Amino acid sequence: MTMTATATVAETKYPKSDAEDVRTKFSARDVSVFYGEKQALFDVALDVPRHQVTALIGPSGCGKSTFLRCLNRMNDTIPICRVTGDIRLDDNNIYAPDIDVVYLRARVGMVFQKPNPFPKSIFENIAYGPRIHGIATDKNDLDKIVQTSLEKAGLWNEVKDRLGEPGTGLSGGQQQRLCIARAIAVQPEVILMDEPCSALDPIATAKIEELIDELRSNYTIVIVTHNMQQAARVSQQTAFFHLGYLVEHSTTEQIFTNPDDQRTQDYITGRFG
Amino acid sequence: MSETIASDTFALTDISTQKEATAEAVRQSLKKRYSAERRFRFYGVMALVFAFLMLVVLFATIFSNGYSAFVQTMIRIDVKLDAETIDPKGTRDPAVLLRAGYGLLIKQSLRETFPEVRSRRDKKKLYGLVSQLGANDALSDLVLQNPVVIGKTVSIWVPASDDVDMLVKGHISRDVPEKERRVSNKEIAWIDTIKAQDRLKTQFNTNFFTAGDSREPEMAGVWGAAMGSLLTLAVTLLLSFPLGVSAAVYLEESAPKNRWTQIIEVNINNLAAVPSIVFGLLGLAVLLNFMGMPRSAPVVGGIVLALMTLPTVIIAGRAALTSVPPSIREAALGVGASRVQTIFHHVLPLAMPGILTGSIIGMARALGETAPLLMIGMVAFIADIPQGFTDPATVLPVQVYLWADSPERAFVEKTSAAIIVLLVFLVTMNALAVWLRQKFENRW
Amino acid sequence: MPLSIILGTLVILTLIGFYMGRSRAVASSSGDIRILHSLPGYYGYFVAIWCGVPALLVAAGWLAFEPQIVQGLLISSLPEDVQKLSDNRLKLVLNDIMNIAAGGIASKKPDPEILKAAEYYNSLKSTGSVALAGVMFALAVAGITYARSKINPDLRARNNVEKFIMVILIASSTIAILTTVGIVFSLLFESLRFFQKVAPVDFLFGLEWSPQTALRSDQVGSTGLFGAVPLFVGTLLISFIAMCVAAPVGLLSAIYMAEYAPYKVRAALKPMLEILAGIPTVVYGFFAALTVAPFFRDLGASGGIMISSESALAAGVVMGIMIIPFVSSIADDVITAVPQAMREGSLGLGATKSETIKRVILPAALPGIVGGLLLAVSRAIGETMIVVMAAGLAAKLSVNPLEAVTTVTVQIVTLLVGDQEFDSAKTLAAFALGLLLFCVTLVLNIIALTVVNKYREQYE
Repeated sequence: MTMTATATVAETKYPKSDAEDVRTKFSARDVSVFYGEKQALFDVALDVPRHQVTALIGPSGCGKSTFLRCLNRMNDTIPICRVTGDIRLDDNNIYAPDIDVVYLRARVGMVFQKPNPFPKSIFENIAYGPRIHGIATDKNDLDKIVQTSLEKAGLWNEVKDRLGEPGTGLSGGQQQRLCIARAIAVQPEVILMDEPCSALDPIATAKIEELIDELRSNYTIVIVTHNMQQAARVSQQTAFFHLGYLVEHSTTEQIFTNPDDQRTQDYITGRFG
Repeated sequence: MSETIASDTFALTDISTQKEATAEAVRQSLKKRYSAERRFRFYGVMALVFAFLMLVVLFATIFSNGYSAFVQTMIRIDVKLDAETIDPKGTRDPAVLLRAGYGLLIKQSLRETFPEVRSRRDKKKLYGLVSQLGANDALSDLVLQNPVVIGKTVSIWVPASDDVDMLVKGHISRDVPEKERRVSNKEIAWIDTIKAQDRLKTQFNTNFFTAGDSREPEMAGVWGAAMGSLLTLAVTLLLSFPLGVSAAVYLEESAPKNRWTQIIEVNINNLAAVPSIVFGLLGLAVLLNFMGMPRSAPVVGGIVLALMTLPTVIIAGRAALTSVPPSIREAALGVGASRVQTIFHHVLPLAMPGILTGSIIGMARALGETAPLLMIGMVAFIADIPQGFTDPATVLPVQVYLWADSPERAFVEKTSAAIIVLLVFLVTMNALAVWLRQKFENRW
Repeated sequence: MPLSIILGTLVILTLIGFYMGRSRAVASSSGDIRILHSLPGYYGYFVAIWCGVPALLVAAGWLAFEPQIVQGLLISSLPEDVQKLSDNRLKLVLNDIMNIAAGGIASKKPDPEILKAAEYYNSLKSTGSVALAGVMFALAVAGITYARSKINPDLRARNNVEKFIMVILIASSTIAILTTVGIVFSLLFESLRFFQKVAPVDFLFGLEWSPQTALRSDQVGSTGLFGAVPLFVGTLLISFIAMCVAAPVGLLSAIYMAEYAPYKVRAALKPMLEILAGIPTVVYGFFAALTVAPFFRDLGASGGIMISSESALAAGVVMGIMIIPFVSSIADDVITAVPQAMREGSLGLGATKSETIKRVILPAALPGIVGGLLLAVSRAIGETMIVVMAAGLAAKLSVNPLEAVTTVTVQIVTLLVGDQEFDSAKTLAAFALGLLLFCVTLVLNIIALTVVNKYREQYE
């Protein structure tokens, strides 16, 4: 199947592979982001298919984190930030005025660059989300949710005997898995990950990459990474950003073996970035 | 939102229905949570509104009570300056002229203005229309300046008594029944007559700013307290600024990081939080009793306040010194300056704005302090303006305290006016500190 | 010779010393000042220091101890029977002597012995000041001579001068310690004298406070009760009311300003709170007595409840208003110190802002907030003027905020303001109260500062 690619705006056609349903979870059109007067993203258009891992790559400062944060409207917390364009989650525009941000963020979870467990016990960290959303209130339900989330994050066996200890007492890799478990506990449909392994050592990184691969059967994942090899290992779709523009996006295989744009080629061969 | 899945396994459906249920639960919770959010925000706003309101009420009370103190009611009386009473021996000796019995002449003048007043009680009330002290002073000033007027009849404006003053300014209401009023109907009638005769006026109360304390509210002024405050603060500044800056320089620049300096640091932080009255007790025990310094003198008050302000100056000084980047010090040392030269030629001048700002704020706090000065005796009635550092004096906040204790209605007005003066000083000092900070503080 | 002239002369001598030192240094370099170890000015300072400092130290010592010495000599010159008089009578006699010596009037017709003593006193004083002048002059000149003789190109004048400067700096730092030591010692000393008259147990646990001492030993009604418990209760009651006002208002204000307020609003509101902190407490006291207390009294009257016009409620509420800035500024600092990552983590999970604040930020900032509250309590306990002017003097043992109670600080003021003999149990009681106040606030402050510092470490 051939890909038509242009320098800036791309119309997406995703190849069907593995008989997976590749319906689009997120679809973005003409997305621009301004910090005050300065424009950080220029007319980005991208489709994120469900139950796949989409990697956003590019040199630092290219706007990939900014775009990621648009998907769960985390940019709203920055007063001078302004987002224009259309982003749809299952065909609903998430920037429509009647959209409930709280509800959106329950459906679209996020894991941050530096692990940020709350200064509470491991149990409380996971139980926080279900509690405030009213998903589960009695002890038994919470216990079940905590266990399930920790199991899914691959952390259960390591911490099952010390759920009462502070989350901040875990190692870096464990803390990040804790944060992933915390995000899973709210049963999101999408998990956004902003350079989740950049603060971790290689062994912890490998564990997390394994986890991401397991998670994709139940969640749609969008991951920002500056590590190209990681993108190659972990994702099925890749989008390359450069200086605020979405330069090219396609299947990971395509991007890394036969990119259409010269800039993409230069980046993945290490000419810059 | 619905999910139809092309190829579902049992697991997939399970997950998806789970997610559906969760999403539903979330939707249910939203309304309650948003109203909780609104309530919480509301409480925050209310708290700030409360604080603001209290501030406004406080200022409004003080100003509304005090602004009228800046004018003084005056009454014009015609006084026959009888030579026999004033200067029987005819020597025109200033000492004699000063002490002459002007009171008699004033009373005579009043009797002549209202000849119908007969009974003793009524006469006493009549004499009470003008300020005894004030009229006396006015007459003696006139006679001393122009001895030629002795023997003539002069028409002179004298201050009215405090009750008349209050009535004219509206602080004593005419509508209240006579028994509950300080001013009887007869007195009101006399005042109205005087007014009709064009003998009543209100003028700017310069006396408030030039006179010291007085038993008579209408003659009381803040100048004595202001001078006392000035002298005391001068001592405080002279002591706390050099000592504080020196200590800050030492602790920040040269002190080795050992146990001893740690103790000093803890000490300073604690001293900054000790109640001010304890410093007063210290002053009483050590300065007054052990060292025998004069009670109620600005020098003693200054030392006590200096000890109290010292921690503030040290802490502000250290903060200012820390903010100077190490690169400056390294550059100076690099060209061969000694440590002392580095500090005094390079670091200290750069830190000066911050140090000055902190010191001014410390002085402003010291200006408003009352309790420690009460302990060292600045609580006496002092009518003279202090001239030196060892004269008995009082300070503005103590003056406010003393006047607040007095029962006369007129003192409420004077107290509020004194507070206004004090607040003006404080605002000026704080504004100066802020201006200094804006203009000179270096941003690294 | 008045002190100012002596000091003035010293200043002039010091200046002369400076110039002499500097010129000598230049002279000794035989034309090329680069031979000198330090700049010529430093040699000048060297001489000036040697000239002025010893003399100044002598002057300081004289200032501190001369009154005692003169008084001692005076007393020993008096006839035996006068020396044996009780302390108070002796003080009266001394006062008379000094008054006459200053040319004033005595309390009664002076007898010849007093006149003689007054003359003796004056002669002592003038001898003393002449001696001082002489010693200081001699020291100054000796200093100049000695220092000048040491001047040569190899003398490290700058190092010496800088060492001296360091000594001054170190001495300044120790003044802080000296102050604390002074406070502790003076309070302790007087309190111990108090505890000789009143047992500590009676003081700390006694339930009745009516401090009176006999003016004469045979006076009826001479037993004073010095049980301080009503004072503690009064202090705690008013502080409690104050915290009930300040804690919620301060906390909520801080939360709103730190988390919700747009930048401009925050910039406008912070100064307002600082103004609240800068108003002198005597103004608050006046406000409480003039407006707030009558307001509560009338409010109670209209509702049929009896509220005293010196109620603890009025004093407590106004004190609370004064303390609001203390709570809010510390709370603001600690809330802002919570890392942004916490907030993002919570918001990312779909929490509302208030949920994030209540469940994540406040628990994280709790130690700091507690520290701030403790500091505020310490401030409330030590506050004097508001309670003096608005609360009562009646030491009633009551927890009813509608009644008048008295506090520790009010009693300290009442006991000491006025002409009291310094030794009586009444005035000493004030020092005992002061010692107690100092200790309690010290403990509170240490705990609070430790907690706040530990909290800061956590996030740095």
